[in-house]
Amino acid sequence: MRAVDAIMECLKAEGVEHVFGIPGGANLPTYDALYDAGLRHVQCRHEQGAGHAAEGYAKASGKVGVALATSGPGATNLVTAIADANMDSVPTVFITGQVRTDLLGTDGFQEADVTGITLPIVKHSLMVRDPLQIPKMIHEAFHIARSGRPGPVLVDIPQDLSRADIPYEPVDSVDLPGYQPTTEGNTKQIRMAAAALSSSRRPVIYAGGGVINANASRELTELCLSDRFPVTCTLMGLGGFPAPHEQWLGMLGMHGTRAANYAMDEADLIVAIGARFDDRITGKLSEFAPRAKKIHVDIDPAEISKNVPAHIPIVGDAKNILGKLTREYRALETDRSRLDGWWERIAGWREKHPLAYEDSVGSEIKPQRMIEALYEVTGGDAIVTSDVGQHQMWCAQYFHFKGPRRWINSGGLGTMGFGLPSAMGAKVAMPDEQVVCVAGDGSMIMNVQELATCVTEKIPVKVFIMNNGFLGMVRQWQELFWDGRYSAVDMGASPDWVKLAEAFGATGMRVSDKGELKDVMNAALGTEGPVVVDVLVSKEENCYPMIPAGQAARDMVG
Amino acid sequence: MGEPGTKEVLNLDDLQSSGGIHTGRKHILSLLVEHRPGVLARISGLFARRGYNIESLAVGPTDDDSMARITLTVDGAAHPIDQVTKQLHKLVNVIKIRDLEPEEAVSRELALFKVSADGDTRAQIMQFAEIFRGKVVDVSKRSVTVEVTGTDAKIEAFEQMVRPFGLIEMVRTGEIAISRGRSTT
Repeated sequence: MRAVDAIMECLKAEGVEHVFGIPGGANLPTYDALYDAGLRHVQCRHEQGAGHAAEGYAKASGKVGVALATSGPGATNLVTAIADANMDSVPTVFITGQVRTDLLGTDGFQEADVTGITLPIVKHSLMVRDPLQIPKMIHEAFHIARSGRPGPVLVDIPQDLSRADIPYEPVDSVDLPGYQPTTEGNTKQIRMAAAALSSSRRPVIYAGGGVINANASRELTELCLSDRFPVTCTLMGLGGFPAPHEQWLGMLGMHGTRAANYAMDEADLIVAIGARFDDRITGKLSEFAPRAKKIHVDIDPAEISKNVPAHIPIVGDAKNILGKLTREYRALETDRSRLDGWWERIAGWREKHPLAYEDSVGSEIKPQRMIEALYEVTGGDAIVTSDVGQHQMWCAQYFHFKGPRRWINSGGLGTMGFGLPSAMGAKVAMPDEQVVCVAGDGSMIMNVQELATCVTEKIPVKVFIMNNGFLGMVRQWQELFWDGRYSAVDMGASPDWVKLAEAFGATGMRVSDKGELKDVMNAALGTEGPVVVDVLVSKEENCYPMIPAGQAARDMVG
Repeated sequence: MGEPGTKEVLNLDDLQSSGGIHTGRKHILSLLVEHRPGVLARISGLFARRGYNIESLAVGPTDDDSMARITLTVDGAAHPIDQVTKQLHKLVNVIKIRDLEPEEAVSRELALFKVSADGDTRAQIMQFAEIFRGKVVDVSKRSVTVEVTGTDAKIEAFEQMVRPFGLIEMVRTGEIAISRGRSTT
């Protein structure tokens, strides 16, 4: 059997049904095998699009996303998606073609050392040197991508080796002595965590993307509801706890709610679950949650005490640990009234600083209103992807995610241009779900070519462009911190998005009147095929509240 | 996990944090790694990316063909060693890491010193070599080359002794180490 045919068998054995990619010289053999392998291939228009589509697919479904690219430029175009998947722990496998082994290292046509280039941004990479190893390597790649802390794995296959004739035997186990993730949490530590929760009078549960990755939102919710624990989620953790809820404080961090950030600031105990104390959460590290002891649950031991020292570290799978922690905590039968004072304090913040904005008097569409309208017309039940910037933060604030895997965005790397391709991937994974992309006008243009993919591959995503004519978040920072010197943030003559959508064969719509907003949105959702809605919003609205970079929760503005 | 609900009273104030601790001393990390291309690049790349300095590095085969041994020395004053080792552990090709405590390991380094020498000074240099249990491995009319093995402290001491004669060049292997007693490193 040709090695590439064996790869197809391996992919099928791993449960792969969809792959995203673009063919080229060095991966011609792979595409020849793909021709009748029985997998659905989504032919993207740029490898970055393919990479983000694989991420969106993985985030929506929990399955491993797969993207294929040829050598050289094909592989380097994947780099942003690989880095993105690494930062957000997205289970993905990237299979790249490489030049023939006799050309390796000679600067051959379309040669790039993609293994070297991606070394710091992969969970692991495998460079094929022996075709007999290919099946084993493919299975290792999937095992590493999806287990432990998930992440991107690159498999680089020289063209000649991919055509080699190899005996194919199904591989049923992988043996990686250097890779043994801990999943079971330490019993003593879990018990100590329960005791700490029981002693605490001002606890906060702080959950991150790890809860989503571990499919542990039910367990998280049970822990929170086993008492009246206040809960906040990071940008990546939204949907891990169903919002809105009386115990839900909203998102925390730079654009989080005051209630969430002030609660962290005054807490005596913080339970971090699958969250990594990123600088967008902590602000000024020396003033972060100074009164709190920290319980840190994470599958990646290196995250524990990396930024913030932990008092009770628990390494393992969040689902497993949260279940046990809830059981331990319930058995302690702690008096719930001890949290009365804490809730009064939180209620005070909520009342004084609700998440709010001043709506326009006339027909102008405020960006926050746009997200609220989208929440209303979708019944809050769509899978929402976003790009990066103000619109992303407003989505996080005003679209109240009720469940996991409904909110797909680029958190760690902050990749503009992520929204459309990831929506495409999410829709392929979940064809029966409503998938909407909230894009910025600055971000949308970065991977707009994928509209062609959506049209030809019949992937009916609905894109809502929050069009303010600016790189809005950068403009906001220039206004607030750089004396209003607006350097290179005005988008100038942006394309006519309606005509552009139509040029791609999609449907284009435009709305600029608040009174028509929901009607247009409903029309878009009711239209078959891909739709782009150009929503003209206030040009200079700022996203508040905000902790200025490097400052503390107490320094929130707006 | 046994019966839940052991009602231990826990005072939050008594909880101590761990991690991110700078030990202030030199650490010898002994890594057992898969012997395959690119492993050293992953390790050095990790150090570069995270801003850790490698003080010395020695790589060699082991008694098992599929494994190699990498011995790294890292300054525990500049970097939190627990974070360094945890990051190294994440590399799939790294099988085992041991942070060798100085008292429970034997460490050695080999150094070659090429020193200016003429008729008057040659004997003195050779005498120093003898005191340090070094070996003269090459002699020319104007130089002597001495091989010295030992801990880095011994090698540095020898360097101090011969420097006044005119140290032409010095080559060091970097430290290697093995645990004391019957247990494997």
